Amino acid sequence: MNLIDSALLNSYSLYALYSAMAIYALAFIAFAVDLARRSSAVGAIEAADLVETDAASSAGFATSAGSTITLKRPVLSRISARMDDDAALPYGRSSSLRVGVALTVLGWASHLAATIMRGVAADRVPWANMYEFALTGTLLIMTVFLIVLIRADLRFLGTFVTGLVLVLLGVAALQFYVEVAPLPPALQSAWLVIHVFVASLATGMFALGFALSTVQLLQFRRENRTLEAAAPRSAVASGRRLRFLATLPSSATLENLAYRINIIGFILWTFTLMAGSIWAEQAWGRYWGWDTKEVWTFIIWVIYAGYIHARATRGWRGSRSAWLAIIGFSAVMFNFGIVNVFFKGLHAYSGL
Amino acid sequence: MATLSRPSDHYDSRREAPQTGVVQPKLGLTGWLRWFWRQLTSMRTALFLLLMLAIASIPGSLVPQRTSDPNGVTQYFTDHPDLAPILDKLQAFDVYTSAWFSSIYLLLFISLIGCVIPRTKHHFQALRAKPPTTPARLGRLFGFTTQDAPAHTDARDAITYARTVLKSSGYRVARFDSDTESSVSAERGYLRETGNLVFHAALVGILITVGFGGGYGFSGQRVLVEGQTFVNTLLAYDSFNPGRFFDDTTLDPYTLSLDDFSVSYEQRNLQAYGQPIDFTADVTVTPKGEAAEPGAVKVNGPLRTNETSIYLLGNGYAPTIQVTAPDGTVVFSDSVPFLPQDANLTSLGIVKVPDGLAEQLGMIGFFYPTQDKAASGANFSSYPDLEYPLLTLNVYTGDLGLNAGVPTSVYALDTDTLAQQTGGKTGVSSIELKPGASAELPGGLGTVSFIDNNPASSAAGDFTQSVPRFASFDIHHDPTQIWLISFSMLVLFGLFTGLLVPRRRVWVKATIRADGTVHLEYAGLARGDDPALEAAVSAVAARHLKLLKTHQTVVATPEST
Ligand code: HEM
Repeated sequence: MNLIDSALLNSYSLYALYSAMAIYALAFIAFAVDLARRSSAVGAIEAADLVETDAASSAGFATSAGSTITLKRPVLSRISARMDDDAALPYGRSSSLRVGVALTVLGWASHLAATIMRGVAADRVPWANMYEFALTGTLLIMTVFLIVLIRADLRFLGTFVTGLVLVLLGVAALQFYVEVAPLPPALQSAWLVIHVFVASLATGMFALGFALSTVQLLQFRRENRTLEAAAPRSAVASGRRLRFLATLPSSATLENLAYRINIIGFILWTFTLMAGSIWAEQAWGRYWGWDTKEVWTFIIWVIYAGYIHARATRGWRGSRSAWLAIIGFSAVMFNFGIVNVFFKGLHAYSGL
Repeated sequence: MATLSRPSDHYDSRREAPQTGVVQPKLGLTGWLRWFWRQLTSMRTALFLLLMLAIASIPGSLVPQRTSDPNGVTQYFTDHPDLAPILDKLQAFDVYTSAWFSSIYLLLFISLIGCVIPRTKHHFQALRAKPPTTPARLGRLFGFTTQDAPAHTDARDAITYARTVLKSSGYRVARFDSDTESSVSAERGYLRETGNLVFHAALVGILITVGFGGGYGFSGQRVLVEGQTFVNTLLAYDSFNPGRFFDDTTLDPYTLSLDDFSVSYEQRNLQAYGQPIDFTADVTVTPKGEAAEPGAVKVNGPLRTNETSIYLLGNGYAPTIQVTAPDGTVVFSDSVPFLPQDANLTSLGIVKVPDGLAEQLGMIGFFYPTQDKAASGANFSSYPDLEYPLLTLNVYTGDLGLNAGVPTSVYALDTDTLAQQTGGKTGVSSIELKPGASAELPGGLGTVSFIDNNPASSAAGDFTQSVPRFASFDIHHDPTQIWLISFSMLVLFGLFTGLLVPRRRVWVKATIRADGTVHLEYAGLARGDDPALEAAVSAVAARHLKLLKTHQTVVATPEST
């Protein structure tokens, strides 16, 4: 491709990226407004003293056992199944939530265009240096989020997801930006396409799992307070700050959702690890050498294996396993943001 | 809501009052051993060891490791002379082979084996066992659904249909009949546990393969200049690392020649000007007693031949240098691999001439493929390809130390015992040579020439053929990789099935009421995470009722006519 065209296309890619960031920022605000509205709605309901059975229904023991359900439910997908409306105070979709989702889709389209143009400008996959990893990785986080939305109502995570992607893109554009360059021989491999793509996809899953686990911990705190409060009045008083939590699913539902998303992330991560060793064997003549990046990929894998075990271990379900998911995603971010840039190793592809 | 309700031992659920007054029976030695084994193979220990493994892996990424970064370790000792020996005692430079790291993963794998064997036994029994009897009260189970059967339905027939529906959905079934009720108990998803066991067993397989696998192979390194040939024998390697169980005599003596090494550099994109785009070593492999085959070795494309893999590790220039004694005898003539020092291939090389001159001669050379001069007057290379090549040599004379019997590196010159004759503080400027040029050595020792590989094209101003290139190859033999790939496939298979196949029980019960009508009940139970359980029970109920209705119409039609 002509060099001039390439430079031009790359500048279009940057315009598209900045537009995407601006739109995401608006989406972030819309999602935040939705959370605020939820809080005030909860406040209003509580003030009207309509809270009667909050404690019972939000404690995570709400089950449909014993109830007679009659063939109302179609066969749902795995992630969405039993994504109940078991919120203490079910809350519909506010207009700001709708606006937030619409803006997110718009921002995503611009983000996608930015990524594709960068790839075309470089005449290869757009994930060969830190800037491009960040571009494609965040695009995949967003894609995973939007696809999961079709299946399960996780719109309440909008603030988190747009916020995370915005921060990552900001760092990428300001700190990691490099001009288009051809692939060095070490990266000319089909495994670049597979290994890095699947790793980014796994990261998208882990990001959502992280968000769900975080909300789960907050929700559990709220439920516990509600449960422990002798009178509903005092419960209202103590949970003022994050009152919107009452409109979100129970901590048990969040825990199960987080688990389902994290196990898919884990399978993808396992594949990433294997694809990486196959590539390492081709490029460096050994499939495993405890290079720093390999070490951290392994650590992340072990943490999530621990998370899966924790879910099956007496005394570790619930909040403790949620902490492992949170630590796991922190390690993923560390691996991307810190290990790539500051640690010495063979994976010196940050392009910085 | 099978999976959503927490089991009673959930960490977040309220604690039961601690049991008091339980008297532990006295344990003998076997009792203790059994207790210890139970602890080791418990889920809690597995989790603890996994988390320990994650934590224990961290130091190896903070401190350079001898296996992956030996120079980093040396540097660390220089930079932290007090700390380094202490860290070394703690095996911090060999984390992944250290006693503490090894003991964690060995314990983990003992735990794993101790956990998997009884579960496998148990699973084999479960695979042969019939699904359990239908619980008396289905109402407390998940996805509980009740329906009145269509009129004139026979309870036993209804269960026969239920059995068909369940069997066709992959359930294993057992039916139970009594006077007042019939039921079918069904279970599916045994593959979940199979997958889980396969996964864990394959992990053991990987550990064993990695542990012993290296012992059966070898790795060796060899530098070849364009035009040179190497025979796969022990002595021909520059360095050779056999595994513990490798037998040198099994080396297959094929030959490998480097015919041509081609490099291309980015030239259009100014942002990446001079960045290498491609390295290709064109080689010829000749198996013993067979015809020669051409091949290519690239950075991401090793050549697999004769049960070895040949990797391209590095490359650079190998200027051809000739030293002639005053009487005209050629005492040294070789293409000397110069090691690249930067991205534009400023390269450093050593020439040693022990015999044939009045004194032993050593030279430290710098080679600049495209020479340029900095403001300070220092030479540097501004482009990696051969645009304007220049070789500079600093000459030393004295004892090269080759006779002491101590092996010396061809890439290092010990100047302590030598007298410098050019460059540095000698006041005599270094020898600078263009391809095809010669210069007098100081002190009338002789002449040194930089031989041009292709004088004709250099004369026409194209130097790209003037200096040969070298490639350094890594040659490996590892018979266990096929095992690793196979176990890895099993790991993936085990993960997919172990995590995603739902295991569940479903029951259908038909009860005959006092008035003769039949009452149907459906319910399920998840074994493990199973978000779709209720949907599955509903689907079974729907299919079953549909089947009953079609059947009823068939029976009912003749009656109504
Ligand atoms: C090298 C160490 C280990 C690793 C990396 C590991 C990893 C995993 C993974 C990824 C899973 C989920 C996959 C599946 O269900 O197929 C799992 C599940 C499981 N592992 Fe391990 N494991 C290890 C050791 C152990 C040990 C020592 C035990 C026994 C104490 C054990 C018992 C189990 C059990 C019971 C499950 C099923 C959990 C569930 O149903 O949610 N594992 N393990």
